[in-house]
Amino acid sequence: MPAVEVNGLIRDYGKVRAVDNISFSVDEEEIFGLIGPNGAGKTTVLRIISTLLRITSGQVKVFGHDVAKEADEVRKLISYLPEDAGAYKNLTGVEYLYFIARFFGERKEIEEIVERGIKIANLGKRIDDKVESYSKGMTRRLLVARALMTEPKLAILDEPTSGLDVINAQEIRKIIQNTASQGTTVLLSSHNMLEVEFLCRRIALMDKGQIMEEGSPSELKSKYNAANIEEVFVEVIK
Amino acid sequence: MNHLLNIIRKEIRELLTPATLVPIIVMALIFGSMGNMIGGATEEAKKMPVLGVINEDRGQFSSVVNDTIYSMAKVVYNSTSGKVDEGISVLKEKGGTALIIIPPNFSNNIANNQPGEIEIHWIMKGAGIMDSISSGVVESILHELNNKISEELIEKGNVNATFALSPTTRNETTIFKGKEMQGISPGTISTILSSQSTMVPIIIMIIIMMAGSMVISSMGMEKENKTLETLLTLPVKRSSIVAGKITGSAVVGLLMAVIYMVGFRYYLTSFEVSGNINLADYGLTLNVWDYLLVGISLFLALTAALSMCMVLGTFAKNYKSAQTLTVPVSILALIPMFMIMFKDFSTLPLSLKAILFAIPFSHPMMAVRALLFGDYMLVISGIAYVAAFSLAMIAIAVWIFKTDRLLTGTTIHLFRKER
Repeated sequence: MPAVEVNGLIRDYGKVRAVDNISFSVDEEEIFGLIGPNGAGKTTVLRIISTLLRITSGQVKVFGHDVAKEADEVRKLISYLPEDAGAYKNLTGVEYLYFIARFFGERKEIEEIVERGIKIANLGKRIDDKVESYSKGMTRRLLVARALMTEPKLAILDEPTSGLDVINAQEIRKIIQNTASQGTTVLLSSHNMLEVEFLCRRIALMDKGQIMEEGSPSELKSKYNAANIEEVFVEVIK
Repeated sequence: MNHLLNIIRKEIRELLTPATLVPIIVMALIFGSMGNMIGGATEEAKKMPVLGVINEDRGQFSSVVNDTIYSMAKVVYNSTSGKVDEGISVLKEKGGTALIIIPPNFSNNIANNQPGEIEIHWIMKGAGIMDSISSGVVESILHELNNKISEELIEKGNVNATFALSPTTRNETTIFKGKEMQGISPGTISTILSSQSTMVPIIIMIIIMMAGSMVISSMGMEKENKTLETLLTLPVKRSSIVAGKITGSAVVGLLMAVIYMVGFRYYLTSFEVSGNINLADYGLTLNVWDYLLVGISLFLALTAALSMCMVLGTFAKNYKSAQTLTVPVSILALIPMFMIMFKDFSTLPLSLKAILFAIPFSHPMMAVRALLFGDYMLVISGIAYVAAFSLAMIAIAVWIFKTDRLLTGTTIHLFRKER
């Protein structure tokens, strides 16, 4: 069973069509990337799969559960990391991880989840400091830890390394790869095409709400005789 | 100069939004209507009070009594025999203020240097500031009556000066909301009730404003700190999110209100004059069930306020806009506070009664006074109404949380099938 099945998905914001009849699927345990420029509709697609936005038409299933009809079931399987997410500033890092973990388990389970979160965040003693004192990179690491510590069946990551420096971005990529290797399916979006090429087994190129091309990075590079995905993208949207 | 104009134009466009204008307009309307109420009170003070007179005295001071009362009041019941019940019933029918009874030995007693007793049966309509205006006018008639008799006594001479200045005594009974209270005037009752008339609405208003601002700010902060999206994708029921936010805000709001009120209470008590009249002596006490009803009324009003704020909070874009959204709730808490201070619910015109009843925060403000006078119907119907209002607001809040309005800020998809 595919982890994610999207069929004929349309989403309108008033008169603006943000997502225009797209279809794709994500296999279990793979890292799938949606790439495209700002405003391509990537975030809208991820928000729909995360049960946050309604569907104008079409169907989206997560591990066989319809996101429109079985949102509660879908929420038990997913973990969503929004692009510009924040954490509760008056909580310490560890308190924030406990707050999230309590939605996913009881006593011992909670401890195990938080332990994983602390390990993924890798913030040392700063995990006990208030979130308001964290740098952007530290906050993002905490949020990635929050998203992955519950070992979700599907992790939906919107621009996971957005705004981070090279070192922090690289660390987060490693964390994502490691999580996928342990059985979590990852669906991520990025406008950093080199990052997606490095991380993803398959990618879909989005522009103006539509999927312009889909396949593995090597397939696409060979099809368009390009040195990298950036060149593929330029060719596709010409 | 063009640059300056450019900046001024930008500033005005930024600041002059509906969110800043509407509260000011509403406040202006409230002050306008309060001005009308006060203007009405001035008119009422100028009007002749409606009285009944049973003058059983045939002596020399009888005509002084009649002349004074007839020149200063509109007498709707006049009798020379002692039919008190009949007089009171006529007065109640015609909106009278008091029945004045002059007993047969009134003049005789005064002539013998004994105080003449005036029996007064007050018909008290309400305990608000404006409700006691007519009884204040009657007080001035009785004072004038006393002065006229004093003048006659002094003219005649050979009279004890202390007695001449105060030749009458009063035996008062006040009828208020079906209760007959011996030896107390409406003015005294109003004074005693005024402490709770002002304190209770102020306390409730502060609790509602504090807790309400908490829940709206909480929504504003969720949006500003970008934590809302994460919260909405967690495996938690929307009703739990709404209930959790309401309860958490209620706890913090109540705590803040208590701290605030401790200081405010000390401030207000510094103005209070101690009196030795106890309302319990007149049967005006609350029993355990009454306190329970007040508690339920307060709890439900708080729930109504918080659930309403929750709905308003969904419109907040950030912490700043959340602060603006608290204004409608504050206004709704201020309206009943002022109305109850000035008038009793029972003495308001029907339209204002409907407005006061419809505002959920009015009910705990009115509950104590209503229960003191056994008006259970008002309190219980108020509790039922506020409970229904709260449930409706909570349902709306949960419904909004189930839609994507919180994230998109639009209502265009609200009527489509929910997830």
